[in-house]
Amino acid sequence: MSLLELKNVSKIYGNLHALDNVSLTVEKGEWVAIMGPSGSGKSTMMNIIGCMDKASEGEVLLDGVDISKESSKSLTNIRRDKIGLIFQQFHLVSYLTALENVMLAQYYHSIPDEKEALEALEKVGLADRAKHFPSQLSGGEQQRVCVARALINYPEIILADEPTGNLDEANEEIVVELFRKLHEDGTTLIVVTHDPEVAEVAQRTLVLRNGKLDHETVNKNFTGHIKYNL
Amino acid sequence: MFLRMILRAFLRQWKKMAMIAFTIALGSSLATAMLCVMMDVGDKVNQELKTYGANIKVVPKDASIINELYDTDGENMSGAYLREDELGKIKTIFWAFNIVDYAPFISTNASLNGGDEVTVTGTWFNHHMELPTGETLDAGVVSMRSWWEIIAGDWIDEQNGDDRDVAMVGKALAEANGIKVGDTIDLKGSSGEKSLLVSAIFDAGGDEDDQVYVYLDTAQVLAALDGKVDSIEVSALTTPDNELAEKAAADPSSLSIAQKETWLCTAYVSAICYQIQEVITDSVASAVRQVADSEGEILNKTQLLMMLITVLSLVGAALGICNLVTASVMERAQEIGLMKAIGAQNPSITGLVLTEILLTAIIGGIAGFFAGIGFAQIIGHSVFASAISVRPMVIPIVAVLVFIVTLIGCIPAIKMLLGLRPTEVLHGR
Ligand SMILES: Nc1ncnc2c1ncn2[C@@H]1O[C@H](COP(=O)(O)OP(=O)(O)OP(=O)(O)O)[C@@H](O)[C@H]1O
Ligand SMILES: [Mg+2]
Repeated sequence: MSLLELKNVSKIYGNLHALDNVSLTVEKGEWVAIMGPSGSGKSTMMNIIGCMDKASEGEVLLDGVDISKESSKSLTNIRRDKIGLIFQQFHLVSYLTALENVMLAQYYHSIPDEKEALEALEKVGLADRAKHFPSQLSGGEQQRVCVARALINYPEIILADEPTGNLDEANEEIVVELFRKLHEDGTTLIVVTHDPEVAEVAQRTLVLRNGKLDHETVNKNFTGHIKYNL
Repeated sequence: MFLRMILRAFLRQWKKMAMIAFTIALGSSLATAMLCVMMDVGDKVNQELKTYGANIKVVPKDASIINELYDTDGENMSGAYLREDELGKIKTIFWAFNIVDYAPFISTNASLNGGDEVTVTGTWFNHHMELPTGETLDAGVVSMRSWWEIIAGDWIDEQNGDDRDVAMVGKALAEANGIKVGDTIDLKGSSGEKSLLVSAIFDAGGDEDDQVYVYLDTAQVLAALDGKVDSIEVSALTTPDNELAEKAAADPSSLSIAQKETWLCTAYVSAICYQIQEVITDSVASAVRQVADSEGEILNKTQLLMMLITVLSLVGAALGICNLVTASVMERAQEIGLMKAIGAQNPSITGLVLTEILLTAIIGGIAGFFAGIGFAQIIGHSVFASAISVRPMVIPIVAVLVFIVTLIGCIPAIKMLLGLRPTEVLHGR
């Protein structure tokens, strides 16, 4: 059974089809990139997969459960248990330290464990910044905290919506490197990006256009390492 | 973690929290002040109204009939008297607490310094009483005739243990006879003589200006009326009369048993009069009507006014809180959306926000409570010229009011918070 399966999914706002009859499957452990022009429905799709929004039509099966039929309360629970989210704008709680931001995800998931949270920060190379507030961290560091927060509860799937959109190349590389490690650990990754270099490291790239799945490319010589076309 | 978040949230937005606390403090201080005053105002208005004199007059039954027949202008022509030893009983009736002051009077004629006849009135000045209930009461004309102007000297003070052979002389009489404070006057009554030291000259603005006021026993010696009094004036706190009270005042026996019970259990002036008659042998107690009515009415109106101020201040506080909390939640929309996105359910976020606000409310409420006690004292001193005592009841009432007002103020913010969808705030649209 595939981890994620979308069957004829549409999202309709008024007469705008933000997503139009999209079907796709993602296997467990896969690393998928999603590309497409602005307004093509990438975020819309991520929101639906991430249990933050409901499809207007079609079925979304996550781990065999049709999440398009769940109540918003159980959607929150599914999101909490199975999904790690990373956003373009980082979104950290400004008055909590890096460590506390990571612990916040533990808190809502189960119980906060400071040691484990520190280990997660170590994984993203920020152990020494644990006591810093977001305003004291660079954009790249903030995004790494977000990655640590996304992986702290061992989600089955990590959804990143333009995670490198606000980062320079060096930080982009660090984040992609983190994704590679997550991929090695068996985490399923779906990454929306405008950046072909970030898309190229994935195993598979889906391209959306006007809410429809336009085409798909498979990266035959997949290594997970970013290659810059200098 | 929860506590940590609350603490951090406080540190981070202490300015906004301080504003909320301040708003709550304002509301709670006004509510506290008004409640304190409202609960204490009975006594205060009371003391204030004592100064307008008695509202019940007690006379011997026979005297009352003769007064009615011949309009004797209050002079005792009947030869009937009340008993001095029964005076204490007035504070034993059911409405004893409503009786705030009273004084006996006995008038007699005596010749002054061997010359003209003058009216000598014996009374209490500030007579100290230990009541069977353990209370004490200082009753007498010092408070019941507080509008008298003492032109020279001082009120007779019954409690300083001075010589009891003293007198207060009315202004007109003093002027006519050249009497000054410190003089000694000789009074010769029908059966006794007294030499009294003049302790004060007073201006009552009435008949009393031609009289001499002395201790009750002094007048009794002059007239050989040991243990007797002419009349008693009582100052009592009363409920304004209604139909029932009027019917009862006309004829208590016309009431049904249930009506009579209600009547006796309400502080109508007629009910109090009735009870006084029961304890004072052969007496008639009657209301000095207008004053009795207005006492109760002024009290009710004052309390209504305070109630209104309290309600308005709380509504104001609720609106203020509502604004501030909504603004705060709006500002934190992203953070709240994020918490939802990483798995926080509505109750836990609501709980977080409410805990923050309620903690703020507790701080503000306590600060406001103490400020309110301060306000109450200011009101007490400027309006009633005395301190306001704080009833313990005020604390739970204010606490509950603050709690309710805060919760009501939070409703719109909570509604917004519940309706907030993470997708709306997290993608920066
Ligand atoms: N809540 C909404 N109400 C109405 N229209 C919406 C709503 N959310 C998204 N849309 C529309 O749906 C379309 C797809 O939006 P979406 O955010 O998925 O695009 P995107 O591919 O993520 O674009 P970008 O690369 O700029 O982030 C857009 O035309 C957008 O205007
Ligand atoms: Mg988008």
